Amino acid sequence: MKTNYGQIKNLELSIGKIINDSWTEPMGPTPMPSMTTLRDWDMKLLSKYKPFYMPDCDSCCLCTFGKCDLTAGKRGACGLDIAAQSSRIVMIACAIGAACHTAHSRHLLHHLLEKYGRRYPLDVGGLNVKVEAPVSRLVTGIKPETLGDLDDILTYTEEQITQILAVAHTGQESNPLDFESKAFHVGMVDHVGMEVGDIAQISTFGFPKADPEAPLVKMGIASVDRTKPVVLCIGHNVVPSIAIIDYAKEKKVDENIEVVGLCCTAHDMTRYYNRARIVGPISWELRFVRAGLADVVVLDEQCIRTDISDEAAKVDAPVIAASEKNCVGFKNRTNDPADEIVADLVSRKVPGVLILDPEKVGEVAVRVAQQVAPIRKRKNVLPSIEEIQQIAKTCTQCKSCQRNCPQDYAIPPAIKAAAKGDMSLLTELYEVCIGCGRCEEACPQGIMIHSLIVKAGEKSMECENNLCRSGRGAVSDVEIRSVGGPIVLGEIPGIIAIVGCSNYPKGSKDVYDIAREFASRRYIVAVSGCAAMAIGSYRNSEGQTIYEEFPGGFEAGGVLNTGSCVSNAHIAGAAIKVANIFAKRPLRGNYEEIADYIHNRLGAVGLAWGAYSQKAASIAAGFWRLGIPVLVGPHGAKYRRMLLGRKEDPSNWEVLDARSGDTVNVGPAPEHLFNVAETKEECIVALAKLCIRPNDTWKGRAGKLSHYIDLHKRYFGVMPPDVHLFVRTQADIPITMKDELKKILEANNWNETIIPDPTLLPRMVRKIKE
Amino acid sequence: MSCEPWQCAEIATTKKANPIQKPEIALAMIKKATRPLLIAGSNLTERFMEGRPAIEFIIDFANASKVPVVATAHMVGEFIKRGYQPAAFMNAMEIGQRVGDPSWQGLDGKGHPDLVIMVGMPYYMEALILAGLKHFAPNLKTMTIDNMYHVHASWSFPNATLEEWATNLKVMTSKFNGGN
Repeated sequence: MKTNYGQIKNLELSIGKIINDSWTEPMGPTPMPSMTTLRDWDMKLLSKYKPFYMPDCDSCCLCTFGKCDLTAGKRGACGLDIAAQSSRIVMIACAIGAACHTAHSRHLLHHLLEKYGRRYPLDVGGLNVKVEAPVSRLVTGIKPETLGDLDDILTYTEEQITQILAVAHTGQESNPLDFESKAFHVGMVDHVGMEVGDIAQISTFGFPKADPEAPLVKMGIASVDRTKPVVLCIGHNVVPSIAIIDYAKEKKVDENIEVVGLCCTAHDMTRYYNRARIVGPISWELRFVRAGLADVVVLDEQCIRTDISDEAAKVDAPVIAASEKNCVGFKNRTNDPADEIVADLVSRKVPGVLILDPEKVGEVAVRVAQQVAPIRKRKNVLPSIEEIQQIAKTCTQCKSCQRNCPQDYAIPPAIKAAAKGDMSLLTELYEVCIGCGRCEEACPQGIMIHSLIVKAGEKSMECENNLCRSGRGAVSDVEIRSVGGPIVLGEIPGIIAIVGCSNYPKGSKDVYDIAREFASRRYIVAVSGCAAMAIGSYRNSEGQTIYEEFPGGFEAGGVLNTGSCVSNAHIAGAAIKVANIFAKRPLRGNYEEIADYIHNRLGAVGLAWGAYSQKAASIAAGFWRLGIPVLVGPHGAKYRRMLLGRKEDPSNWEVLDARSGDTVNVGPAPEHLFNVAETKEECIVALAKLCIRPNDTWKGRAGKLSHYIDLHKRYFGVMPPDVHLFVRTQADIPITMKDELKKILEANNWNETIIPDPTLLPRMVRKIKE
Repeated sequence: MSCEPWQCAEIATTKKANPIQKPEIALAMIKKATRPLLIAGSNLTERFMEGRPAIEFIIDFANASKVPVVATAHMVGEFIKRGYQPAAFMNAMEIGQRVGDPSWQGLDGKGHPDLVIMVGMPYYMEALILAGLKHFAPNLKTMTIDNMYHVHASWSFPNATLEEWATNLKVMTSKFNGGN
């Protein structure tokens, strides 16, 4: 270009992004927070809920300085002590979980952007959902309207996860509380990543959109029609599964083939196609494959047994690996003709293939299943009952199986009884076994103990024909408006969010019992993932599953399944929407204020009764930063750090009254931010107590106390010893318990106190005290 | 009786519990303690010896020794319905945190326990709490009277059969009864 002012050569102009910012809400104080932006808020929570570390390992072996013995105050070669190392491990676990969800969402988004384009509009609930992405809006300050907008949000989450992971390097962060703050940060980011993934797939795949009446879908091994070829999909990323369904429909063979799923892929398959079947959670993998029920196994990502290809090979079921994250050592056949791949798999020339093109996965899986089914004839590796008796006689009762069982189940007596022809104890184990197979790995006699258990439990397995409500996705704005008031004022006693994995200490029935207890008491019960499957696996005395017995809305007594793991973001989103839609608190980049509101007012508790994964850790961390307490089952102790309040310390429970600036003691509400319940009974009582919040109205508090006391008496057999700490005024006392409670209050020198407008943030005080 | 962790893969440790080879050793240490505390977990109603649940053995021991008991989980009701009133009941993590805090003045407010005895929790939970105490309360003595070796305790019985467990508990109980 030549002008009077000069000459420009080789000028290149590029426009990176044009952000269409049509959101009129002013930007809040903390958009796209870095890992230290919300540190002060984290420290407020961490001073209230102090870490209690339980190191699972005395040493650190993360660098070649080590192993370093960190026992009882010793520092490693890098200078780190065991408290910092424990919190570092917590942070790493949360970073792994967040990376897992975000990478899943990134893969989904790549695929969807390619298929639908950046301008494809988001729609998670039509006119009923105006706040379509509450977590993303809160954290990033972006109001996403199209798939392309999600790309920007995801870029932020990816940067934060990378920054957090860098912190774990030797010679970086040194303080345990700072590690904790960073764990909170990456947990918050995780919820953004999950939300992006789910609203992308809801918008494009036509999943139920905030629908309280999302379809009931069949669930359980017995729901699978075994007269048809069976394609089993395992994992969390539904893209290949959808391609399978689409191919079957396109070729008009969908009526002649069963497409079934394990783990969260199953949830998302049924959100797309209500003829898909949910087999069960991760713990059902071995039993389904060993029973020979899968004709082809398709693996995508996350929570897949890493030996499942070996298991499939034993029953001549070909395997298709469909994710870059899990290539299984198979040759990449993505660019080979489908005919050749099908021929190689059907002939068993190869046990499995890697195919990274979802459409090709769809074609190959369907064609292979159709051709393999008549050849396999449901080949399985389960012994007959007669064979079990013979095999059991080789047992030496060394107890290695029991000592390696995560639940310490009494396996040796069951084997001993089986050797005498009595299968009853093995059958009982089937009901509670989590299917990890560690018993077999430990057996010096090589007894396939899990196969024995599955065969003995075959009759139960044949009865597994239940219903799960298909994942509904978000909670609608309309629902929030209806129940926001009753929740915040305490008239709906609480929201119990039951999420996570299936590492249950005594089987999945406990989860059903917990969910039903609270739904019956008209709490809102929100579920997702494997927990959503667990609670649908049992029936009441009238033969109804929990999804038939209770409505699917975000309402008192509702049992709503939000969907798969990434759908957990909608539970956090619902809490955020109460603060925004009901209380009209600004949302945009305004994290502290919203979290402060939720922590002090919203009686929500997360429960991960069978949590095992790093993803569960990061999901919990996202709730912690919002000030929402999380309870885990006994195995959750292995996350090796609790966040505990001390109810006897009054200074722990001081808040500011936003009306006056006065400091007010509000009691231990909620008492802990992260804790373990040892038994189902303890869990139920703890959940009721953890729903208590400083802002409860008299009526609300009386209702919550009524549930807490009633449950405590039922499951503990006595009055709760701390009930006086939750009574602020005489009006808080449940009417039917007045006499009993008054005696307790007198014995504890109880004094009436005020109900403040509670906040932990000095800037929220409207009138500063002179 | 072996001194390997009962749950084989659960524990990685550099400092292992001293094995209690006979109940008299445990007994001597309990008697020597001025403020012992027994934390009793939920497995006590699920494990049976000589046709009786383990909780009954622990009640016998507690009555004889006068060691105050903190019942975890929902166990307080189980103790009470068998005629025994625990000194307190508390969530396992809550009591674990308190005994690990040197400023905590005990259930009665008169001083920190000098010996914490544990029994009957899920193995891995008990192991983790003991690990927390080993690291963060190194001056606190801890002991388990389960029949499963707990590597993170200061002292632990080795892995043992139910019969041996019953015998150990009965011996300890009888010695208190005998006033030795």
